[in-house]
Amino acid sequence: MAAITRREMLLRSAVLGCSAAASPLFTPVALASVPGENRLVVIILRGAMDGLDVVQPYGDPALVAARPGFEIGPASGARDLDGFFALHRGLEDLWPLWQAGELGFAHAVSTPYRNARSHFDGQDLLEAGTQGGTEGRVHEDGWLNRFLQTLPGMSREIALAVGRQEALILRGSAPSVSWSPASRLSLSPATSDLLGLVYREDPLFQPAFADARFYSDLLYGEFGGADADGMMPDMAAMTRGVARAGNASAIADFAAERLRADARIASFSLGGWDTHRGQSGSIRRALGHLSTAILRLREGLGPEWGRTTVLAMTEFGRTLRENGSGGTDHGTGSALVMAGGALNGGRVFGNWPGLEEAALFDRRDLMPTRDVRAYAAWAMAGLFGTDRATLESQVFPGLDLGDDPGVLR
Amino acid sequence: MTSRATLAQIRFGTGLRPGRRLPAPETLMERLTGPDRVARTYPLEDFAARAVAAQTYLSELRASRGLADGAERQAAARALMRNAKSRQLAISLARGVASEDGLRERLTWFWADHFTTAGQRAVMQGSITAYVEEAIRPHVAGRFGDMLEAAILHPVMILYLDQERSIGPNSRNGLASGRGLNENLARELLELHTLGVNSGYTQRDVRQMAELLTGVGLERGREMVFRPGNAEPGPEEVFGTPYGGADPASLTEVRAALQDLALRPETARHLSRKLADYFLSDAPDPGVVEAMTATYLQSGGNLAAVMQAMLAHGAAWSPGPGRVKRPFHFVVSALRALGVVPDQIAQASRQEINQWAYLPMVAMGQRWQGAVGPDGFFDDDPEWIHPQALAARVGWAMAVPSRLRRRLPDPREFVSACLGDAASETLQWAAARAETRAEGVGIILASPEFMRS
Repeated sequence: MAAITRREMLLRSAVLGCSAAASPLFTPVALASVPGENRLVVIILRGAMDGLDVVQPYGDPALVAARPGFEIGPASGARDLDGFFALHRGLEDLWPLWQAGELGFAHAVSTPYRNARSHFDGQDLLEAGTQGGTEGRVHEDGWLNRFLQTLPGMSREIALAVGRQEALILRGSAPSVSWSPASRLSLSPATSDLLGLVYREDPLFQPAFADARFYSDLLYGEFGGADADGMMPDMAAMTRGVARAGNASAIADFAAERLRADARIASFSLGGWDTHRGQSGSIRRALGHLSTAILRLREGLGPEWGRTTVLAMTEFGRTLRENGSGGTDHGTGSALVMAGGALNGGRVFGNWPGLEEAALFDRRDLMPTRDVRAYAAWAMAGLFGTDRATLESQVFPGLDLGDDPGVLR
Repeated sequence: MTSRATLAQIRFGTGLRPGRRLPAPETLMERLTGPDRVARTYPLEDFAARAVAAQTYLSELRASRGLADGAERQAAARALMRNAKSRQLAISLARGVASEDGLRERLTWFWADHFTTAGQRAVMQGSITAYVEEAIRPHVAGRFGDMLEAAILHPVMILYLDQERSIGPNSRNGLASGRGLNENLARELLELHTLGVNSGYTQRDVRQMAELLTGVGLERGREMVFRPGNAEPGPEEVFGTPYGGADPASLTEVRAALQDLALRPETARHLSRKLADYFLSDAPDPGVVEAMTATYLQSGGNLAAVMQAMLAHGAAWSPGPGRVKRPFHFVVSALRALGVVPDQIAQASRQEINQWAYLPMVAMGQRWQGAVGPDGFFDDDPEWIHPQALAARVGWAMAVPSRLRRRLPDPREFVSACLGDAASETLQWAAARAETRAEGVGIILASPEFMRS
């Protein structure tokens, strides 16, 4: 049997998107329906975050033994969380959130991805939210999109992917928008219509252009705020803001602004977690970005923070043992970072498998004891009232939700 | 119906150049296997020079620290580094615009992405272009095994994938220092550069390859060196073949493993499929991949022969829609279509290059030489044409041409000049109805016909 490749599926979903997305005649109207007032933010941590360093099981003697060159536990300045786990200093700014119960973790989690330890396939599976399999790269759409498909009367502004890159997690037939903080499509009405015509027959360009028009109009007014004379923006205006549009703070600010308005679901990525060498410095930079993103979301969301849950997840973890260059290599189990005013935080969730050699996956990695998708599913059940059967069959096909870990207040 | 001569330039070259006669399709291979003319017209600094520049830069930063004019000196040193990188981008664009041998440019971009390197460290900042010039470009019509050796053993790759930090834990220096393996380069070598993911290698193969590579390091941070004292005592078995074990260990064994990996059928298939993807379609005709794979194996990985096999196959010439151009390709082909003089591009200031090339490409999703991971930029068309990236492409098409050309061409003529017989009737109709020249030119450059190859 010829396996359907990922990209065939991508193209297919682009074609589907063509019918689902608005026609060029679409005009933005007031929201028809909103899935309530709760908000979900999913952050993809690209590069394989070392969960063992971020939420350090310093009470497990095997950790210190395997990482002689690392700074571990309260003795090295990490915040003691519960007498067994400690919080990496790079998340120090989030300490008040922990105290307020607005920050929590689930440890020893992973997707079903095993053994090959490829970032790229691992991230695809994380965003697809499927079981994977031997091929491991057949993903029709992303799990957040499949979740949107279960909501009746969805309109496009409800779900938003922020960043310069398209997000697989939101790809699929349910309408959503992908946008970057500095992006703007500013055209005269006539040019806009002519381009709409030129794109009409192309399954890729047509929906992308319709979405760009829609979102640009939503943010900047009709025709992306082009002057009445149809004057086009000059180059300086075009490139202004581009350089910093990829920053964690710019992305989080933009997401928060949209979430305060029409959006209820947002997703974006933060990179820099592939810490093969000099991990003490590199992970601190990556944690700084994560910390900034969470704090900016909290600030930007203001009163809505209380109804918000943030889930930050990664494709897999890293080796228990430190490698030859002060870093760690690709592993399996990692941790899920959760934040938000809706969170029942201030605790580390999960069943700890232990770190002695026999307890490790492949005798090298943290053994996953729970599927990271189960936490996401329970969060969605709590935030949006989605039932278990829908989550197990449509959103995360093949997942056994297990017991409610109680991550929400 | 698009002619083969038009397709040859659009699909396999850097696009049509108005005012020039269309070369016959056969010239693609003739030029690719001939001399690299445009590299001579627009030369680039080599890595040795860039490494010295990086060192000078770092010592200037140190030397000026705390001095009265320290801030100015540091700013000047930083500007020097940034100008160098900007100039490299200008020259790379100019080459694509000037070339009569566009297939060589396209292949250079392809293989530079296949062997992606990037980095923030000073020595990496201005050196990626030199790495491509030394390790990739000379081999795009040569043997893959030679390119593989040149890329894997180049100081820039060694730095990028942390090879200089990897030491055999049981080697003389490993035992003395307690340091050990870093499997980064070994993993990407198997997963990305040769066999391909899911091709059957195991974690054990990755470890064994990492052990075999342990002697490879850097001298003074800029010259590749093999240090037997760092090499893990062998032998190591990679994908079923034993290597190493000689005392002292030597680079010969590493080279032998690279050459063997280059000739594996998994590698032949992986690379043939990827090339067919890049030039033809994201779901290429299995026949053309088959033919390329067979040629690859018969010819010992001769990349010119593999390209010849692609071009000899009917599937290579099927009419559109072709792949979406990546932003760099889009910008080069648009500058070419607009008839911008290559020297004007090569001599553009950093500010100009930033405004009409570097930053717009960032917004289109391609930070030049800044791929996020060693897998390079995306393969899939939908990853390039999403709303925010398309907005950036449209914005470029509307605003940049009038900045680079004092007088823009008449859209009704421009549409056939830059697309030949590939322009659809709809596009011709729309271009003729634009309100201004700038918008007409913008519509043409932003059209799917122009954005696809």
